[in-house]
Amino acid sequence: MRLKLLGALGMAVFLAACSDDTNKGATTGTGAAAQTTGVTPGSEADLVANVGDRVFFELNKNNLSSEAQATLDRQAAWLAKYPQVTVQLAGNCDDRGTEEYNIALGERRANAARDYLVAKGVAASRITTISYGKDRPTATGDDEEAWAQNRNSITSVR
Amino acid sequence: MRSSELPLISDAEASVLATYFGRRALLGTGCVAAGVLTMPLSALAQAAPGASGDAEITVDQARTAPIPIVIPVLGGDAGQLVSSVISGDLGNCGLFSPINGALPVGVPDFGTYKSLGARALVSGTATTGGGGLRVEFRLWDVLTGQQIQGTAYTAGAGDARKIAHIIADVIYERLLGEKGYFNSRIAYIARSGPRAHQITRLAIMDQDGANSHYLSGGQWLTLTPRFSPVSEQLAFMSYANNRPRVYVLNLATGRQQLLGDFDGISFAPRFAPDGRTVVMSVTRGGGSDIYTVDLASRAKRQLTSSGAIDTSPCYSPDGSQIVFNSDRGGTPQLYIMSAGGGGAKRISYGNGTYGSPVWSPRGDLIAFTRIANGSFSLGVMAPDGTGERILTQGFTVDTPTFCPNGRVLAFCRQTAAGSGGAGFSSSIGTIDITGFHERSIPAVGMSSDPAWSPLNG
Repeated sequence: MRLKLLGALGMAVFLAACSDDTNKGATTGTGAAAQTTGVTPGSEADLVANVGDRVFFELNKNNLSSEAQATLDRQAAWLAKYPQVTVQLAGNCDDRGTEEYNIALGERRANAARDYLVAKGVAASRITTISYGKDRPTATGDDEEAWAQNRNSITSVR
Repeated sequence: MRSSELPLISDAEASVLATYFGRRALLGTGCVAAGVLTMPLSALAQAAPGASGDAEITVDQARTAPIPIVIPVLGGDAGQLVSSVISGDLGNCGLFSPINGALPVGVPDFGTYKSLGARALVSGTATTGGGGLRVEFRLWDVLTGQQIQGTAYTAGAGDARKIAHIIADVIYERLLGEKGYFNSRIAYIARSGPRAHQITRLAIMDQDGANSHYLSGGQWLTLTPRFSPVSEQLAFMSYANNRPRVYVLNLATGRQQLLGDFDGISFAPRFAPDGRTVVMSVTRGGGSDIYTVDLASRAKRQLTSSGAIDTSPCYSPDGSQIVFNSDRGGTPQLYIMSAGGGGAKRISYGNGTYGSPVWSPRGDLIAFTRIANGSFSLGVMAPDGTGERILTQGFTVDTPTFCPNGRVLAFCRQTAAGSGGAGFSSSIGTIDITGFHERSIPAVGMSSDPAWSPLNG
């Protein structure tokens, strides 16, 4: 009984730590816009939890869906709110293309997101882009769901 | 390393061989059949039926019987090692069938070897001493009983494998009439760690997988090493300092330099045949352009500006043309343009998309990756786009690279991952341009991005 209690306490402490702003570099952000409290405003964790850090693309495509545009709208508003923040947009691909073509395709995706943010008023000087091609998959499986997750542009605070 | 001709016991020369060993062209492809050997009286190559698949693919499966060659354990303390390396090279290339036999003393008793079905015989010794190595090697034509080659090599004590590869190349060339490729290396990317964030290191090994070692640490993502055709240099892509760019590494000095000063990502490097310039791709906006950078002057020259993705450029061996990958027509396809840029003409028209083109050092074939219906294929076609043949297929097969004589391709093969990345593997395979003799290079772990060197000096 005592052990169980300690375990529960430990879990509570762990959860608190997770929502702390030290939890940077989250790799599985979402587009969810539900307000999460307890993160430092303007931080990477804030971006991931309250704005949505990534947009997704169709196979071999770089056009922005309405969902992607909504996420980028929130990112633009968030960047307007925190003008000191600079971001990197990292383009990624599923592994269904050649290595070299995918480097270019990832950059094209990051560039599409960048252009959208700039059109929404974010200074171009606050944004850098990079592409990892198919070498930094978020989802490590090889099925349609994983590939869909891996065709993205991920915004991170620099 | 020095080599000298051994006094010949019987003064047979290459003209003898011409009587027995001929060359012929592969069926229907126009490509020179390096190392395809038939006895004049032997049956024509048996053409196996093409592999199933798309109707427009004709898989040339010209099958030839490998040459039976006796490779005994040579005499001397290094004889075992030298014999095994020679035997491995010749056996693995698929064109020879090494057989065991007794090492002859003096002039071989050819009747014995004939009864084994052998066509050729290797004899000799490999002895270390005084910090050096001496290898005496003789190659015999079992049918005529004549010596084809007799050479003595002196080298450093640690050069046994190298001398063995050189001897295997001599055997290959004397029996097949084409230069070999065994005394060569493969640069590659060694991979380790979880798939979502793999550690990548530049690495190099002998073409048989021996002597593998790292050339870089694993701090930054590193991709696509490419050999200079004329010097000890590698061009490659590194994400050093989170700025993905093309670098050149001098293998002799270990000196590494950024090549070209671009705003965009520079990637997909290839040396020109003269080794003086590197052609590469540079991102701009949503596309990427092809540039050359002169190694000496660092002068840049822009070759394409289509606004689309133009990448994976590779020179023809005469330096006059460049094959590249572009989606300017909507999907990734192969194009050829003049080496100065301009006159781009699409050459790939099969089902699906194409990429990773690489020009054979012979000039007569372009190897490529083709992606259709979610599956990857590796194939070859003539530079005018005709004669497409698929050599192998898989979940992922990519980054083909030709061996120095154009006879064999090395490539990366990757398997699909289950949830959590389990089941993912990445290895380097080789396959003959006829589509036969596919194998994987052993002894190195997770690996990708092979780049075959020219013949070692």
